Amino acid sequence: MNNSLATALVGLGAFLALLGAAFAQDAAFQTHAWVVFFVLAIATIVMLRNMKFSAAAAAPVDTSGYMDGVIRYGTVITLFWGIVGFLVGVVVASQLAWPELNIEPWFNFGRMRPLHTSAVIFAFGGNALIATSFYVVQRTTRARLFGGGLAWFVFWGYQLFIVMAATGYLLGITEGREYAEPEWYVDLWLTVVWVAYLIVFMGTIFKRKEPHIYVANWFYLAFIVTIAMLHIVNNLSMPVSLLGAKSYSAFSGVQDALTQWWYGHNAVGFFLTAGFLGMMYYFVPKQAGRPVYSYRLSIIHFWALIFLYIWAGPHHLHYTALPDWAQTLGMVFSIMLWMPSWGGMINGLMTLSGAWDKLRTDPILRMLVISVAFYGMSTFEGPMMSIKAVNSLSHYTDWTIGHVHSGALGWVGMISFGAIYYLTPKLWNRQRLYSLRLVNWHFWLATLGIVVYAAVMWVSGIMQGLMWREYDDQGYLVYSFAESIAAMHPYYVLRMVGGLLYLTGALVMAFNIYKTIRGDVRSEVPMGAEQPEALAPAE
Amino acid sequence: MELDYHSMRAFADSWGLVYMFAIFLAVVVWIMRPGARKSSEDAARIPFKED
Amino acid sequence: MGLIDKHQILEKNVSLLFVASFAVVTVGGIVEIAPLFYLENTIEKVEGMRPYSPLELAGRNIYVREGCYLCHSQMIRPFRDEVERYGHYSLAAESMFDHPFQWGSKRTGPDLARVGGRYSNEWHVEHLIHPQSVVPESVMPSYEFLANTELKIENVSGHLIANRRVGVPYSDEMVENAEADLMAQADPDADWSGVEERYPKAVLGDFDGDPTTLTEMDALVAYLQMLGTLVDFSVYEPEENFR
Repeated sequence: MNNSLATALVGLGAFLALLGAAFAQDAAFQTHAWVVFFVLAIATIVMLRNMKFSAAAAAPVDTSGYMDGVIRYGTVITLFWGIVGFLVGVVVASQLAWPELNIEPWFNFGRMRPLHTSAVIFAFGGNALIATSFYVVQRTTRARLFGGGLAWFVFWGYQLFIVMAATGYLLGITEGREYAEPEWYVDLWLTVVWVAYLIVFMGTIFKRKEPHIYVANWFYLAFIVTIAMLHIVNNLSMPVSLLGAKSYSAFSGVQDALTQWWYGHNAVGFFLTAGFLGMMYYFVPKQAGRPVYSYRLSIIHFWALIFLYIWAGPHHLHYTALPDWAQTLGMVFSIMLWMPSWGGMINGLMTLSGAWDKLRTDPILRMLVISVAFYGMSTFEGPMMSIKAVNSLSHYTDWTIGHVHSGALGWVGMISFGAIYYLTPKLWNRQRLYSLRLVNWHFWLATLGIVVYAAVMWVSGIMQGLMWREYDDQGYLVYSFAESIAAMHPYYVLRMVGGLLYLTGALVMAFNIYKTIRGDVRSEVPMGAEQPEALAPAE
Repeated sequence: MELDYHSMRAFADSWGLVYMFAIFLAVVVWIMRPGARKSSEDAARIPFKED
Repeated sequence: MGLIDKHQILEKNVSLLFVASFAVVTVGGIVEIAPLFYLENTIEKVEGMRPYSPLELAGRNIYVREGCYLCHSQMIRPFRDEVERYGHYSLAAESMFDHPFQWGSKRTGPDLARVGGRYSNEWHVEHLIHPQSVVPESVMPSYEFLANTELKIENVSGHLIANRRVGVPYSDEMVENAEADLMAQADPDADWSGVEERYPKAVLGDFDGDPTTLTEMDALVAYLQMLGTLVDFSVYEPEENFR
């Protein structure tokens, strides 16, 4: 087996990290090199212990069926990073309400916020996408994952990227670009992992046994390709030293700003939308037990969405020093984007036509459906906020934060939860989940959390924007900036409560998944069966 | 004609717009043409072929 | 029909699907970003702009490292309330040497594009050590450790060279004197003539109240005190700058 080769490579990596630590140009790089060294050294030891040295002892791996081991790991790690990310979210929300909770230097808000955003987007969302894409592409092509151990490299390589990024933020290693904070060497590593991911995914499609490529794979493919392009261009930078952490971005000022928001907006458009739409087009039909409402609409949805999304970035820079024409272009395309977004939402929801009654008894389907509903809500709110007149009020305020969370918690979170609930019994060969009642609890905790969060941020954001521009009769500004901060306090507390509800839901889920994997089945009254006789529909 | 910003903008919001819209219509017609019904219905059933 | 056969090819060929989607997603970026490198109002030069002094650059790197941009914007929009609150609206040229840009996206705290010269050094140091002592409503974390951390940079000229490679016009003279300028700017006993000549309008002198050691606090306050001060708006003419 090439296990020995992999072990040797990991050992070599550990050695290189040690050299990096020895010759580092700055303290940050040195600490980071030590982190990599310890991670890789432990990995080498684990791999050596598992190595079979006699050829006879090495059991041949069964390569006839689907490759599900890596997806099982991916499912568990998705849940783990999700809880980490939500927890850090609750912490940073608390820091805004009670600044005493900042612990300098490592746990100050400025270093914790990238930890929160990257943990939920890249660690939770990214692992959910990698795991589900590996599952979906195998089932819809009826082929085993291409590349043998390469899928495992993608999995572990991606976790290493997450650990490097997360430790980097707390150590103060950052490029200062939102959602693209990791420094140049971590970016290079992610590029390697991402190319491997593309090879595994496309290779599987190449050797498929199904003539047609199912539309979910189109969305996954567009997500992988576009993220590669965005990642490389946005992270172009000049390191001060090849043994130092610090680099300076290739572009400056206006050009840098638009490049960053072209990246930033399409991280939303392709990472958090296209990829998860791939999930929707597989798991909603599967859970509902009927094919997607209109396959042809899904193809129009695909081309329109990927074409329009890429233009919408400038709406993050309204009324800045970016030229007006670029702002207007961004606004127009953002508004047009409403159409394919709602086309996709309708397609997802209408898949249930004729099966709406299942919502009463199937909390997993309910989770998937509410995620599509939240997708519809945030893709309506987004174009609205991209209108320059609205944006002049909403920009720089908490309204934006509320909008992002209705999409992230509602759409991305809920559809991932639904997919994991669907996958777990399948991947571990269990008859069903440990408890559907607990799924129902999770559903309501999460939904309530999102509603509290979004409503509170909506109110506080608009209030904040109005306070900043409020004039009195004499023509003076009414409020100092500090007064607007004081007014935010109750909303920041409530927002934290919303996040806490959402986190609690995820903990309920973790318990449920743990019990399911263990093989426990809770005996419980089926959902929808507890109705009083009088209300039951007449036979 | 000088190739400055204003002339490019004028081109983009006339011919450019028509061109984009024509492509869009072509894609829609293409996908919605009657001959594609069968194959798209088959494709929609792919997730149910195997688990 | 020949046409339909071609359609089948696209739907059943993953390489074509790959190429077609890649082509579709590149268009928008090219059309929007590429012109910014050529259009006059985005590459216009404005009187007064100069590269950061080594100490300011070090301070800026601390600003980036601590994630200040996550709560403070550096981009004043042309609205009456913003101009009254923060000063003249920001020009594209004012961030032309910013690698990376720090416009920000959220104002949990106020805009800092023109904070330079608004408060005393003492105020900034006090505010960074214990924000609530000067602004009771503030939710900003404490940055006391900056005052206790010596400013350590292995290779000052290397930072200038890296910036020069991405287009910042640091001269050979600036690179040669980088380390000396870094030390001199915050040293009240130093000869400032070189720094003043190379970096006009640089704020000189001790920043953190302790002239004996050069700390990260010195660097950060030096950066904050120059923000938005380079362009003289009493003589600036926004002729064709129609944004």
